[in-house]
Formats: sequence, structure tokens, C-alpha cells
Amino acid sequence: MKRLISFALAIIAFCALLAVGSSQLQKSQGASSSGTLTLYNWGDYIDPALLTKFQKQTGYKVQVETFDSNEAMFTKIQQGGTNYDLAVPSDYMIQKMHKAHLLVPLNYKRLHGFNHIDPHFRDQSFDPGNRYSVPYFWGTLGIIYNDQMVKASAVQHWRDLWSPKLRNNIMLVDSARDIMGMALITQGHSVNTTNVAQLEQAKLKLEGLMPNVKAVVADEIKMYMAQNEAAVAVTWSGEAAEMMANNSHLHYVVPTEGSNLWFDNLVIPKTAKHYKAIYAFLNFMLKPENAAQNAEYVGYATPNKAAKALLPKAVATDKQFYPSDSVINKLQVYADLGNRMVGIYNDKFLEFKMYHR
Amino acid sequence: MKKYNAFYSVPYVLWLLLFVIAPLLLIVYQSFFNINGQLTLSNYQTYFGSGTYLRMTFNSIWYAFIITLVTLLISYPTAYWLSQTRHKQLWLLLIILPTWINLLLKAYAFIGIFSQAGAANHFLEFIGLGSQQLLFTKTSFIFVAAYIEIPFMILPIFNAIDELNPSLINASRDLGATNWQTFSKVVFPLTLNGVKAGVQAVFIPSLSLFMLTRLIGGNKVITLGTAIEEHFLVTQNWGMGSTIGVVLIVAMVVIMFATGERRKKGGHRE
Amino acid sequence: MKRKWYDWRNVYLWLVFLLLYAPIFYLIFYSFNAGTTMTHFTGFSWQHYAELFADTRMIEIVLDTLLIALLSSLLATIIGTLGALAIYGIKKVWLKNSILSLNNILMVSPDVIIGASFLIFFTFLGLRLGFSSVLLSHIAFSIPIVVLMVLPKLSEMNHSLIDAATDLGATNLQVLTRVVFPFITPGILTGFFMAFTYSLDDFAVTFFVTGNGFETLSVEIYARARQGISLEVNALSALMFLFSLLLIGGYYFIEQYNSSKKERRRNRMEAKLIK
Repeated sequence: MKRLISFALAIIAFCALLAVGSSQLQKSQGASSSGTLTLYNWGDYIDPALLTKFQKQTGYKVQVETFDSNEAMFTKIQQGGTNYDLAVPSDYMIQKMHKAHLLVPLNYKRLHGFNHIDPHFRDQSFDPGNRYSVPYFWGTLGIIYNDQMVKASAVQHWRDLWSPKLRNNIMLVDSARDIMGMALITQGHSVNTTNVAQLEQAKLKLEGLMPNVKAVVADEIKMYMAQNEAAVAVTWSGEAAEMMANNSHLHYVVPTEGSNLWFDNLVIPKTAKHYKAIYAFLNFMLKPENAAQNAEYVGYATPNKAAKALLPKAVATDKQFYPSDSVINKLQVYADLGNRMVGIYNDKFLEFKMYHR
Repeated sequence: MKKYNAFYSVPYVLWLLLFVIAPLLLIVYQSFFNINGQLTLSNYQTYFGSGTYLRMTFNSIWYAFIITLVTLLISYPTAYWLSQTRHKQLWLLLIILPTWINLLLKAYAFIGIFSQAGAANHFLEFIGLGSQQLLFTKTSFIFVAAYIEIPFMILPIFNAIDELNPSLINASRDLGATNWQTFSKVVFPLTLNGVKAGVQAVFIPSLSLFMLTRLIGGNKVITLGTAIEEHFLVTQNWGMGSTIGVVLIVAMVVIMFATGERRKKGGHRE
Repeated sequence: MKRKWYDWRNVYLWLVFLLLYAPIFYLIFYSFNAGTTMTHFTGFSWQHYAELFADTRMIEIVLDTLLIALLSSLLATIIGTLGALAIYGIKKVWLKNSILSLNNILMVSPDVIIGASFLIFFTFLGLRLGFSSVLLSHIAFSIPIVVLMVLPKLSEMNHSLIDAATDLGATNLQVLTRVVFPFITPGILTGFFMAFTYSLDDFAVTFFVTGNGFETLSVEIYARARQGISLEVNALSALMFLFSLLLIGGYYFIEQYNSSKKERRRNRMEAKLIK
């Protein structure tokens, strides 16, 4: 008994130490004199140096909270309980949040520098007229290949993936919309189709791909490709950039017949409280030098035209990540199809994953 | 002790009511709603009517069983021989220590170790088996799952063995029993409580494993955990997700009653 | 029972330990990588440690994570042990099995279900999300494992011990503190350590019930997966590992020292008595 009690007391003492340490650290990070801004973001998706700079310029402290999927973020904002001032959802999720009345419209009188945003990336179908969102980063879905294992000419189009030469050598991202979308594009359909027969066709098409599929994975795909585990993978440009930085044999291709164009945009959720700080932050992030610095840190493509001009030439002219306008015009953006339709996409994808196993 | 029973069960009962029964009711309630928010039995129809879910159920139970078996086979000898070492408490703490490192990081480390150019393949080449495809196989998935569960099996078994009265073993030896007889007739039956606790601590959570099936198994194995994850986080079909949750809970209850305590025949305990 | 280190039984134990520590050594090895990934080792460097020490937000998260883990596992151990005593006292077999089934529900339910239901529950109660909601949830999902570890020790306990103590005039409290608790201590400690592990490892439940700037290490690590987890996290793991190792070693040697002192005293007393 004595042993148990002394054990418990030791733990309590240690807890007290931790609590003191934690609160000291919080203080040292600068108590918010003029208020705190809560940014709900993907992990490691903003340059921390920018946050410090922002605090120095405006006095607002930015508190970053992180999520790892759009849907999980949606649930958190819907349930409330925390005052998120800004969030970074992807395209279809912005539409979904708007439908669920979770977004506050932007006030363009208070917003400065929106004209830096490339017109290509304004006024998208998920947010006509950018009433709710400011583009933050954008990218594509494409094919990444290892030039030691496969020739560049062998993987320029989606249909090339079905080649018997790639047997058991392809990795796919574990995402229903993207992989179903790839099959839909191959068959000449829209990635936003609500025609169940077309979806069934796409599923059958994917089942034909199965002998070539080595694995269906998520974020860890970066590690696998960098380690030469497979010759080819279907993934997003952001992940591809990360892989290519670690393995010089990897290259990224956006098939010319079309692909997905995705966005991560800044929005103001209905839980927002600190509007002065919000607009200060949006204006700060729209400034070309800040947007450029952030793009260099994160490694994704910036929609800020003026910022792109400030990037190193090798980056800004890289056709893999800043494709030509003719390719961009062929890209399709995901629309929110409603829960029922998304359910069907996912069920078909699940059936595909369970096929012949 | 009876008088105190009511007193010390208060926090536990409170926990049962607030954090078990309340969420349980919520899950059961949700399982009767489809994706459009209508009251219906269709989720259960989908579950029992489609081969996909039944196959996943079978997969879940089968892999949980294999994982538990592998874990037990590795853990029992470990616990047994560990209990005979000096500084055994220290060794035991060192068994727990690896569990404090984040699971995702450990999974990434295994990806590195099992990769084409990883340490595991170097070893295989060294012993003359040649390089193999290790990742995305059922074996590697079971291996990593067992790796994670091993400490949860060793601890309860160790506690049971450690309490074992050595005079019982000596008595058995003196009566002429072989080592194997002593083990199977004396040691193992007396440590059964610990084995049971270990099996529960491993089998029950293994039923809803999901992350490793993707990270290490490359989605070659799909279990109910994967489906629930998808319904809650991707399709946001909480009704269907809850339905699968209810099925898992029912399966667990059946297992509990099947392996649980029976009415004692002779009744040496009152 | 002293064995040579190369005795085949010890060799087996060495292999098990090697297996358990292989991925951890792998992580630590790459924390010294001059490159940025866990795949190619390009040279030795301390840079990731320097990054870590400059990252006050990360250090704050670590302290909060440990605080939650220790506090929640302590409270869960207390509640769970009392619960195990209550279950042990139940005579009706069906009731006992039913309560045990309820006990295990949180273990069999996937984390997302638990997290989502707790989130609905907390927002329904109007509780502010943050430290307290995370603490409550961690206590909640750690209790079943404690019960599961303490209960077998209770059933192993010889009932005649308690009867004897009662016959000798011990009060209920005395029976509990002098007979029952000393016997089940290993189970309680095991339960504590497992609860601690559960708390450190949990991601999904914490994600749902946290808010207002409070974050734990697991949530941060999983959220970073999309951008690629930087080796700063490896450096952090290495330091945490080293720290735990020192803590365990220190605790063990203090314990060892105390018990050997006690033993010496007892020996001396016995020697005196014989005289």
C-alpha cells in the first residue's frame, strides 16, 4: 500500500512540474495583448516564420490547430466548441460547408491584394465569384514514375497504367474520388458524374487494373516511392513534389487528356470571432513576398501570380507543377455531390479494393 | 467487504453510465438512420445482405484470431523465462518502454526496415534466401500487428507466472513429472487467468484494427475497422458506421459470455 | 536460477528485445540524418535536435501530452481498481458477465466512433473543449484496460486470506489496505502502464474532443503526415526514449536500494533474535 501511495504522489508531483512548465512556455510565446487568431490548418502547412513576422507587424498571435482530413475538420467546425477564425478546406468541402451554412462571406472592402490571385484560379465552380474563399494553394492529380524502372514515354496517359508491363508495380492513393475520377476520365466521363451506370463501368474498369496494383496507401506513399518500392504511383502534385525532393529519379506527369485540379482555400467559418485579426491575416498572406515565402516552405504551387514571379526561376517554370494553360484548361474540379452520391463513390471504391483478395 | 462495495463502486458506475451506456445508446440510435436521416432498418439490411460486409466481418475475426495466436506464442515463453531472470521488474519495464513511442512513427520505421533495400532484406540475402517482397503481404501485416500487441500480452501473463508458488513446481518434479508434464499440468493451468486477460486485451482491440491494414498491408486486407473509419470520416454516413459498430459490440459480448466465468460446479467460493 | 547469457532461453529473450527495439533504434538512427527523410542517410548532423529546441510550440505540446497521459492514467487506475473490486464482489454470474461486457465496449469500438460520440456528448453538455475534455476522454477509454489487468489478480487471491484477517478482527478498511492491495499491486501497476500507453498513443479520440489551442503529440504527428513527417519528430522521440530509459532506470535502482536496505535491517534483527 505504501508503495502504491508513494508512486501516486511521485506522479502528482511530476504532473505539477509539467503544468508549471507548460504554462511558462505559453507565456514565453508572447501573451496576446491585442488578441489571438485561431487558424485551423493541415499539419505543417504554413511557414512558422511567417506567423512570427505577422505577430511582429500586427500584434496578433496566431494559434494554429491542425487536422488531417477535410471531413474530420467539417465535423469539428459543425459541432463547435472552439472559435476557429480561419480554416483551410479543399474545393468540394468549401461547397459542402457553404451548403451546411458554416461559412461567413468575405468582405471585399476589407480585403486587399485579391487582385494578385491568378484569374485562372478565381471564380471556380465550388465558390462562384469567390464569395467565401481566398485561394491558398493549388495542385493536380497525376502520375509519378521512377525513370530507373519505366520509360517516360510509357506513362504519359491514364490508359498507360493498364499496360501489362506494369504488373504489380503501381501504387494508388487511398481516395475514392481521385481513383474513381481517374477511371471516369479514362472513359471520357466527368469526374463529377452522378450517373450510377457510369460509376459501375468505372469500377469494372478499375478491377481490370487490379493485377497492376501493388498497394492502395495514403500519406505513406511518399516514403514508398522514395524507396523505389514501385515504378509508378497515382498521387497529388503536392505529395509528388515532396517525393521528388528525396529521390531524383522520380518525375511527375499530368496526363493531357485531363485530370483533377484541386484547391486548398482560406475560409472564415461561422465559429469565427476576431474579424480584425482575420482580415489582417488574409491581407498579410496575400502580399506577394509572404505568399512566395510560404510557397517555398510548403513546396506547393501558389495561386498568387505576383508571388510566383518572385519564386526562383527553376520552380516557377517547372511544367510539372505549374503546367501550361492548355493543360490547366482541361483539368476538372470536384464538386460536392451530396452525401448519398459520395457514399456510392465510396462503396464502388471499396468493392474495387476488396476485388479478388 | 460488502459495506464498502457501494462506496467504491460509485465512480466506476458513474463512468459506466456517462461514458459507456450513453455513447452506446447514441450509437444504437444512429444505426437506425440512413444517410438522409430517415428512420430505417436499411443499414442492417445492407450489412447482412451484402457479401462485402460479411466478408469484412470474417476477415476481422480471422485476422484478430491469428494476431492473438501469434502474440500469445511469442509472449508466453517470454513472460515465463523473464520471470526467472534477476532484475525481472526492470526487464518488464523495458518491455513496456517501446509502446511509448508514437505508433505512426514505428509503422514508418517498419516500412523502412521491410523495404526492398531495408535491413530485413539484407538479412535475408545474408542467410541466402535472397531479396523478397515483404511489404504489402499478409505476413508482414500480421507481424507488425503482433509487434504492437506483444507488451499487452506479456504483462498479464508475467503477473500470473510471477505469483506462482515455486514449491508447486518442485512438488511436481519430486513426484516424477517431466518438464513438459509440469508445464502442461501445473504451470499453464495456474496461469490461465493471466492468459485470458492477455487474450482479451489483444483480441478485442484487434477486431477493429484499421491503420496498419493500410500502412503495412497496402489495403490488401480490409477489416471492419477500415469500413467504420471510411463511413465516419469520408462518406460521413454515421448511420452505417454505427451499424458496424453495433455488430462489433455484439460480437464482443458473445465472446465475453462464451469465454466468461461459468457457474461453479462445486462452488469453493461461496 | 542464474543462467548464462547464451543459454538458449536467454537467447530467445534477447531476440524478443531486439525485435521490440528494432524500429526504435531505426527512428533514433535517422534522427541524426543530415538529410530530411527516413529513407536515405546522407551524413551525421545535430540539425534536427536544434530545430526541436527552437520549436517552443512543440515542446509545449510534449509537456501537455505527458501531463494528460500521467494524470489520466493515474485517475483511470484509481477508478478502474475500485471498479474491479466492485465487480469482484458481484456474486451473480450473469450480472458479472454483463458488466464485463459493458466494460469492454470502449475497447472494441474503433476510436472514431468513441471520439465522435464523446464530441457530441461534450458539446451537448456545453463543456468547453480543451484540456478538461481531453482529460475526461482519456480517463474514460483507459478504465477498461485497468479493470482487465486488476481483475485476474483479484480472482487469484486466496479467499481464506481475507477470512483469516477478518477472523483476527481486522476492519474492512484494514483488510483492503493490508491484505488485498498488497496482493493486487502488480495488477494495478500493469494497469497504470497500459493506461499510460493508451493515452500517449491515442489520436482519433483526442482529435475530436480537443480544441481552443490544446493539442497532443499524436494529433500533431498525424496531422503532419500529409506534408511528410520531419525528422524533428524523430529527434523528439529519441529524447523521450532516452528520458524514459533514465526514469525507469532511476526508479528501479531506488526501489532496489530501498528493498535491500530493508532486507539488511531484517537480517540484523533476525541475527539479534537468534542471539
